[in-house]
Amino acid sequence: MAGTVETDASDQNVGRENLIAVDGVGKTYVTQDGRSIQAVASVNVEIAKGEFLSILGPSGCGKSTLLMMIAGLVKPSEGVIRFEGKPVTDPHGDAGVVFQDAVLFPWRTVAQNVELPGEIRRVRRDARVKRSLDVLELVGLKGFETKYPNELSGGMQQRVSIARALSMQPNLILMDEPFGALDAMTRDQMNLDLQRISLETGATIVFVTHSIAEAAFLSDRVCVMSGRPSTIRAIVPIEIPRPRPIEMMASDEMGRYVTELRKLLDHRGG
Amino acid sequence: MTDAVEFSSIKSRSPGAVARVLGSSLGLFVLTSIALVAAWQLIVVWFEVPQFILPAPSEVVRAIYSDLVTGRIVQHFLVTLVEIVGGFVVAAILGVALGSLIGLVPIAERIGLPYLLAFQTVPKVAIAPLLIVWFGYGIQSKIVTAGLIAFFPILVNVVTGLQTVDQRRIVLMQSLKASPLEIYCKVLFPGMLPYLFAGLETGAVFSAIGAIVAEFIGAAFGLGCLILQRQAAVDVPGVFSALIFLSLIGIMLNLLVRLAARRLTFWSRPRRTADH
Ligand SMILES: Nc1ncnc2c1ncn2[C@@H]1O[C@H](COP(=O)(O)OP(=O)(O)OP(=O)(O)O)[C@@H](O)[C@H]1O
Ligand SMILES: [Mg+2]
Repeated sequence: MAGTVETDASDQNVGRENLIAVDGVGKTYVTQDGRSIQAVASVNVEIAKGEFLSILGPSGCGKSTLLMMIAGLVKPSEGVIRFEGKPVTDPHGDAGVVFQDAVLFPWRTVAQNVELPGEIRRVRRDARVKRSLDVLELVGLKGFETKYPNELSGGMQQRVSIARALSMQPNLILMDEPFGALDAMTRDQMNLDLQRISLETGATIVFVTHSIAEAAFLSDRVCVMSGRPSTIRAIVPIEIPRPRPIEMMASDEMGRYVTELRKLLDHRGG
Repeated sequence: MTDAVEFSSIKSRSPGAVARVLGSSLGLFVLTSIALVAAWQLIVVWFEVPQFILPAPSEVVRAIYSDLVTGRIVQHFLVTLVEIVGGFVVAAILGVALGSLIGLVPIAERIGLPYLLAFQTVPKVAIAPLLIVWFGYGIQSKIVTAGLIAFFPILVNVVTGLQTVDQRRIVLMQSLKASPLEIYCKVLFPGMLPYLFAGLETGAVFSAIGAIVAEFIGAAFGLGCLILQRQAAVDVPGVFSALIFLSLIGIMLNLLVRLAARRLTFWSRPRRTADH
């Protein structure tokens, strides 16, 4: 039922192996003029191996910050994040990260951008090239391999960055609003592809989004965050078996989850 | 619509388009030069300007021709060419190396920057007489002077280029666990190329200034030296001939730098639109 609001994240994952444990994590930024901004207050969440977890929250609440902390790219000011039991102190290296901006290298072609992770991991050239062709086809950019990023639209650039993140078949995928710049049709297709990748590869995916429907459709669980300084307001398990067909986006069952998530997001004060 | 944009920006990179842009501005240049030379010839003939003040273009052409057939100019030309190009190459290598150090290593910046700022305020040509004392009348002192003068604009541009790098690209590389060397080679170096080439263009001009100034102060060979000799002999058409050979070196170097820039920094030029 769509009514289950979970306040203690840990009991949801009984029987499933925890991959990531976020334990009392907070982040306070010090700005250039010396003031400090508490972006993330005290976040507790455990992410199981193979789980698809979405993070929803108002703009500026600290979703990207939380994701970057999980990636090991930003150090928490308080608390600790554990990956397979060990505290995360630096980047994973084998995780696929999709940043909120595409962050492509304009001097590299689309294919060369996608091959970057392979180059750094010393993958042989022919394997790298083949892999980049495959993932570019997956994100619908077949035929654009030799173009340069500034010849592509914003949405296409974002798809290149998704292809780059998927190119090494990562076990952990961290995505920050990856589909924000896409049109509805492409977005639906990408949602289906991501669901398939998630189920086929068993990768653990943490997915930041502004779309409530997208979060509900894709996720095992949805984390709803409060405004800054953000904490997790609720974690909502979406108890519909995956894979879910795209038509399910419009189903009553999904509608109830969406309504519930929207209510949690709108909820003001404490 | 999007197709048109894509195609036009591809064209702007292809050699055909490059040749066309160069071609059209070259055509314009040739036309205006012909007009100017014609006006010059007319004025000299019309007002009977004496040759030792302003020789007619025809006199200059004769001087160039005799410089070429006698081969008098060749040695001077080659010496100055080696000085300018040598100084430029030294300046480019040192500029990139020291610029990278100052731009990337905080302690190097703290130590190096005060000296850099102090040095920048000194007119470098003022040091040239000292360099002649230290490095002799030969080609070395000219290369050192040219290199020293060309070095600063290159260094400053490299530092700026490295310090304005998009931090998100570095974070991306860190997420891939790239080594500092990989970050330098794959992000910082290519990213600063537009700045580097701006510095190299200035550096090429400065290198020529340095070489000629050093030759003026003391040299046995070189176009600068030849200009002084001919000026003393009131051979004004000969001075013009030497000047033209000198500008040939400058133009060649500038063209080489710009061609390399076109090939390596095409991505930083603003996107062309489909119309025109
Ligand atoms: N490097 C930084 N230095 C200082 N403050 C920062 C920094 N990065 C983020 N912040 C602040 O932390 C807060 C959270 O930022 P964050 O980017 O994590 O939000 P977000 O939830 O991802 O927002 P959005 O949905 O708009 O992407 C913001 O108020 C932002 O101003
Ligand atoms: Mg964000």
